[in-house]
Amino acid sequence: MIQAFAFYLFAALVLASGAFTILARNPVHSVLWLILAFFNAAGLMVIVGAEFIAMLLVIVYVGAVAVLFLFVVMMLDIDFAELRSGLVRYFPLGLAIAVVLAAELVLGVGAYRAGALELGTPAAETAPLVGEANIVSIGALLYGRYLFLFESAGIILLVAMIGAIVLTQREARADAGRSQQNISRQVSRRPEEATVNTRPEVGQGVQL
Amino acid sequence: MELTSSLGLIAPEILLSVAGLFLLLVAAWAGDRASSAISIAACVVLGAAFFLVAPSVCAGAAGLETVAFGGQFRADAFAGFAKLMIYAAAGAALVVAPAFFTRYAAMRAEYPVLVLFGTLGMSIMVSATDLLTLYIGLEMQSLAAYVLAAFLRPDQRSAEAGLKYFVLGALASGILLFGASLLYGFTGTTQFELMRVAMAGPISTGTLFGIVFVLAGLAFKISAVPFHMWTPDVYEGAPTPVTQFFATAPKVAAIALTARVALDAFGTHADAWRQVVIFAALASIVVGALGAIGQTNIKRLLAYSSINNVGFILIGLAAATPQGASAMLVYLVIYVAMSVGSFVAVLMLRDEDGAPVERLADLAGLSRTKPALAFCLAAMMFSLAGIPPLFGFWGKFVVFQAAVQADLVALAAIGIAASVIGAFYYIKVVKVMYFDEAVNVVRDRSDWAHWALLIISTALMSPLGYLLTGPLSVLADRAAASLFFLV
Amino acid sequence: MVATEYLLGYLPILIFLGVALALSALFVFLPIGVSRITGSHRPDTAKLSEYESGFPAFESPRSQFDVRFYLVAILFIIFDLEAAFLFPWAVSLEFTGWPGWITMMVFLAELAIGFAYAWKKGALEWE
Repeated sequence: MIQAFAFYLFAALVLASGAFTILARNPVHSVLWLILAFFNAAGLMVIVGAEFIAMLLVIVYVGAVAVLFLFVVMMLDIDFAELRSGLVRYFPLGLAIAVVLAAELVLGVGAYRAGALELGTPAAETAPLVGEANIVSIGALLYGRYLFLFESAGIILLVAMIGAIVLTQREARADAGRSQQNISRQVSRRPEEATVNTRPEVGQGVQL
Repeated sequence: MELTSSLGLIAPEILLSVAGLFLLLVAAWAGDRASSAISIAACVVLGAAFFLVAPSVCAGAAGLETVAFGGQFRADAFAGFAKLMIYAAAGAALVVAPAFFTRYAAMRAEYPVLVLFGTLGMSIMVSATDLLTLYIGLEMQSLAAYVLAAFLRPDQRSAEAGLKYFVLGALASGILLFGASLLYGFTGTTQFELMRVAMAGPISTGTLFGIVFVLAGLAFKISAVPFHMWTPDVYEGAPTPVTQFFATAPKVAAIALTARVALDAFGTHADAWRQVVIFAALASIVVGALGAIGQTNIKRLLAYSSINNVGFILIGLAAATPQGASAMLVYLVIYVAMSVGSFVAVLMLRDEDGAPVERLADLAGLSRTKPALAFCLAAMMFSLAGIPPLFGFWGKFVVFQAAVQADLVALAAIGIAASVIGAFYYIKVVKVMYFDEAVNVVRDRSDWAHWALLIISTALMSPLGYLLTGPLSVLADRAAASLFFLV
Repeated sequence: MVATEYLLGYLPILIFLGVALALSALFVFLPIGVSRITGSHRPDTAKLSEYESGFPAFESPRSQFDVRFYLVAILFIIFDLEAAFLFPWAVSLEFTGWPGWITMMVFLAELAIGFAYAWKKGALEWE
């Protein structure tokens, strides 16, 4: 009973916060609604038994991805009122896509209820370990059978890191030339290096 | 032990990643001053990887002993053949880069490192025999490519190209993943060979949808029509060495991957995907040929030309026979050589200030100002058009031959007809160079690396290339056979 | 549905969430309700407008963020993911053994190299 209650609570909240993510006028509010949606999705994951995925949702999506979204929204100097002005123009197209997606959903659910969909049975070698929490099964597969893919995923993360640094670093470098303080140089500066006597020709000026 | 033998099979990939990590550290400590040294080191690494792969290609490695990590990865002759092309093309992209970027003071030490990691991704792609491996390789390649497209920071077009490529590439990855999840749902596995077994018998609608979505995502990566829209913009905006890279190595990887997915995972249902491939092939040939006609920018023109060429390659895939796969590989070798040659020639076009020239009109009278360059570029164009004495003709010939032998006579006939339209704009370039009033814009001061690459690819495209047909077709046949050596 | 005993472990959290939700709602809505009932809720233009030290607002408080925030966020995501991968590794070591241990060490080394690169490049410095 509590399970059903929790399911409907989380599901309703996911749908509502998803809708508000799209409808909110202020993009920052959109991101906050998105965070709420992530939280509730994590709740749903707990109910279906995917505890680790639920924790990942909270740690990675709420903790990091949502923060990134927030930064990006704040970084972009976009006039959101102007962006929204296209809404009426694109409304028929959006509506058409929505209708198509809704029709697909109805068809899919209908086919499934009618027993027309026959899903494949998962291959034996990727079956979860019996009697262990699913985080253990995930670990055993990820670091056993799929270790090659795991290492490659590490390289992908590394490439993402290089890319982010390569593409954003110019500004940082330009700043560094201008305003960086080198304390040891300041301290080790001597009067004889700091001053210079020149005897310029009249009307010539000096080159400093 | 299984793990040890697996590690032996991925030796080229291990070499590439260790070298990439090491060079990244060098790049961090030595800074941009060391970029040429890092480029040279990266070329050496690619060469070493080339020779690590070469024996398996010559021996025609196939079967169980090429399977690594319980069927996620296969280092057979087909993958090896594609890897050889990829490493060579990546090396070419490294060699031409310094001269181009130095002009913008934008040669940075990360360029060779990103090319290495991109190459690693492609290497994983062509060996993928599991949907997960496929996706990991594809993403690694794509991420590196997005950054490379935007590498020329001062140029707004470069940033735009990077952004466009990223947004559309992410969409394509999403489509591919959706298809992959459908396939997993309906077959219960992500491994190609198990999938082929699970698909035996009548095909279910869900699986069919999965096949179509996966092929759509891959069609984006090989820029086949109707998923080609990004190609001209990205090719035009990206820095020219990067464009050359995009037109060669990732294309080889994506085509080899598509071939493996279609012939291995969906092998029992060739009828299900053949129509899709035939449609994409014909549409690519026609759109590539017609789209190129109105172009005034050489890079855009070459982008349409690459769309056009992908169409011909897909004809080989549509045959769904070992002969078709072998024809594809032969065509790919010729295509890579032609693309490298034409892009190097474009890189060598510079005005008095050393700024790159990209407009077709600026080529006018090149035959008088730079006869050698004009001659090489003309050879490339005739070869791309598939005019007989040149080697480009051979690629088209083997592909059409494979199509005819697979009873796709109509497809071959339409392809030949469309290649005539394509010939028009290639010949237009030659006409501009040889018969138009000289505007004398181009004053190239190219370095030896450009000349060397241009001369090598011109020599390959000249009738001398036919000397290679023997060994090339033997190797390609072995590679294709290993693809059809079903475990 | 899944075994209910496992979900019972999460019941305290659910109750806790419920209590937290109820209490925070109480704190927000109670003062509003009270002010409406007692009649002190009388909004006017002056009261509702924002101000800076007594002046009318000069501009929107939202200003454009520096791109460096974005870089920091990307680096955070990457290392956050790295940490997240450690949990299943730690609990499944008895099944994966030495190969699993080495796998994780190689993964950590990959990202450590990335970290060294970011550090050396000054991506972690603000100025």
